Amino acid sequence: MPEARMAAALRTSQAVRISLRYALVCAVALAMFAAILLAAGKDPLKAYADTFTYTLANAYGFSELLVRMTPLLLAAVAVALPSRLGLINVGGEGQLYLGAWMASAGALMFPGLPAWILLPLVVVMGFLGGAIWGAIPGVLRAAKLVNETIATLLLNYIAPLIVSFFIFGPWRAVDSSAYPQSSAFPEAARLPSFFNTRIHAGILISLAVLLAYWLIMEKTRWGVEMRAIGGNPEAAQRLGIPVAVWIVIALAIGGGLAGLAGMGEVMGIHGRLRQGLSPGYGFTGFLISWLAGGRPLGILFMAFLFAIITSAGDTLQITQGLPYSVVNILLAMILFIVLARRPARGTAK
Amino acid sequence: MTTPLVLGVLAGAVLSGTSLLYATLGETIVERSGIVNLGLEGILLIGASVGFSVAAASGSAWLGLAAAAAAGGLGNLLFGWLVVTRKANQLASGLAMMFFGFGVSALVGAPYVGAVIVGLPKWRPSWLDGLPWVRSTTLFNYDLLTWLAVPVAILVWWALFRTRWGLGVRAVGESPAAAFAAGRNPAVLQYQALSSGGVLGGLAGAHLSLSLTLTWAEYMTAGRGFIAIALVIFSKWHPLRAIAGALLFGGAEALQLQLQARGSDISPFLLEMAPYLLTILVLLAWGGSRRLAAPASLGRTFYGSD
Repeated sequence: MPEARMAAALRTSQAVRISLRYALVCAVALAMFAAILLAAGKDPLKAYADTFTYTLANAYGFSELLVRMTPLLLAAVAVALPSRLGLINVGGEGQLYLGAWMASAGALMFPGLPAWILLPLVVVMGFLGGAIWGAIPGVLRAAKLVNETIATLLLNYIAPLIVSFFIFGPWRAVDSSAYPQSSAFPEAARLPSFFNTRIHAGILISLAVLLAYWLIMEKTRWGVEMRAIGGNPEAAQRLGIPVAVWIVIALAIGGGLAGLAGMGEVMGIHGRLRQGLSPGYGFTGFLISWLAGGRPLGILFMAFLFAIITSAGDTLQITQGLPYSVVNILLAMILFIVLARRPARGTAK
Repeated sequence: MTTPLVLGVLAGAVLSGTSLLYATLGETIVERSGIVNLGLEGILLIGASVGFSVAAASGSAWLGLAAAAAAGGLGNLLFGWLVVTRKANQLASGLAMMFFGFGVSALVGAPYVGAVIVGLPKWRPSWLDGLPWVRSTTLFNYDLLTWLAVPVAILVWWALFRTRWGLGVRAVGESPAAAFAAGRNPAVLQYQALSSGGVLGGLAGAHLSLSLTLTWAEYMTAGRGFIAIALVIFSKWHPLRAIAGALLFGGAEALQLQLQARGSDISPFLLEMAPYLLTILVLLAWGGSRRLAAPASLGRTFYGSD
């Protein structure tokens, strides 16, 4: 079939063009960020070189990129799925924390269960925690009461307080007087890790979720209905698509996926519930999804890229004595350039 | 004990409400011109960090205040370049500004973490000292920004509703095309609204670091920018109603601080949730009626006559 081959070739050349464009955007953003670092009296070239050697130049660094990609992929799909309906989920951060909290509740309440029950249980509870946190703005939006953007943003500030309440209060481990955290989870609740690195089974969940997202959006009736709502909610309603129900479901599932990211962090890496679980994974997930236009392959590529970029935050902290959050400037620069190049079409609600 | 608690909450409500009121007023002007700036949180952080750093470096809180106002205005001009000149999506641009504020404030504030500054001077008119129930509290012992908060709200109301400029800004917010047809330049008016709103946002952030906490800490605005955006809706885009909203939310924060200071049994983490929960509840209660009050072209990009 020559048409199919031509279409494939066209797609490949398009992918190459898109990749080149993003490489250019990143180069400009890196140059602008370097100028800002220089102005602050820091050494941007050393920072970039250090980031490169810490991440791409050795096997351990590369494994840490995959560790970082695990929550980023989930946080990105958490934004991408509702975005197909025209919904803006900026609550990934809060949903991640609530997922971590619910998963921890499962592990701490049923410490005696065998792994084959406990592990699925904490995964499901992590999903449910995030799903609850996503469903609240979903219901408020579906009932046309509160805009989901502002509701998800506000809930971001409540979820970490719930975590803090529990680790300073009921769940506080007796052996951690200086550093409040929960007691260690039973081994049966921990996600297995691979190759003597911190890469854990969460990466498999992330990739499976990304694949499922692609399948559902491209190959099922659900995907068609969701895109119909995103295109024109009123027309979709007239066609008999239950728009309000879809809004709640999409935000709940999105929240649940961010919750899985939180579950992965506590069950795969920390082994306890702590403060500061996420250096803004939820927000970075929003950027990834937005830059990738919600497309699965784009999300995979962008998550890898942002794993490297956010690693630069660690480098700044370790070698340049700057706070991690300074890397947000670099994220903002990338966004500014993309926004300035690509004018909005139509209206933003 | 009840009377001092009430007085403490009242005094705290005014102090905490000050930055909220400035932020809300700034966002009100911006939204009246048809633009939503979700990046207000970032502007507040920039104001707080620039104000504190300049005050710590120069030894003058007033210089810090001026720098914060200028930085807030510049921040909003950058936002304006994106959404007015480049016609970028407003929500995404606002979130970009939020990230920008996270990063810039961390960079600016980093050398001054733990620095000690002399904050904005506070004073109480001497005739109020005569009242016995006032003398023992911090009531009416305010800095200049707090004393000017209500007058500024009235000024913003006057500018928006009683001047030709305000008429132009509101016309752009309702229908840029009609304003354009009437000979006004929507882009210029939006830039003016954005820069004045940014100055107010910068002052709001500076009040936090230069008067309330006297320290700089990353993310210290803790979502006040988003609460202020909700307050704009709560006050139905009206500067004078914003006073009541800021007092209500300042009161929620002050009550929480007072309870904590008095050794209440309730966990501080639960108390800290109060302002965010209250915000969501307020949005819920106002949800149905707000569409009528919102500027008709809020959030829409104006592509001009071409």
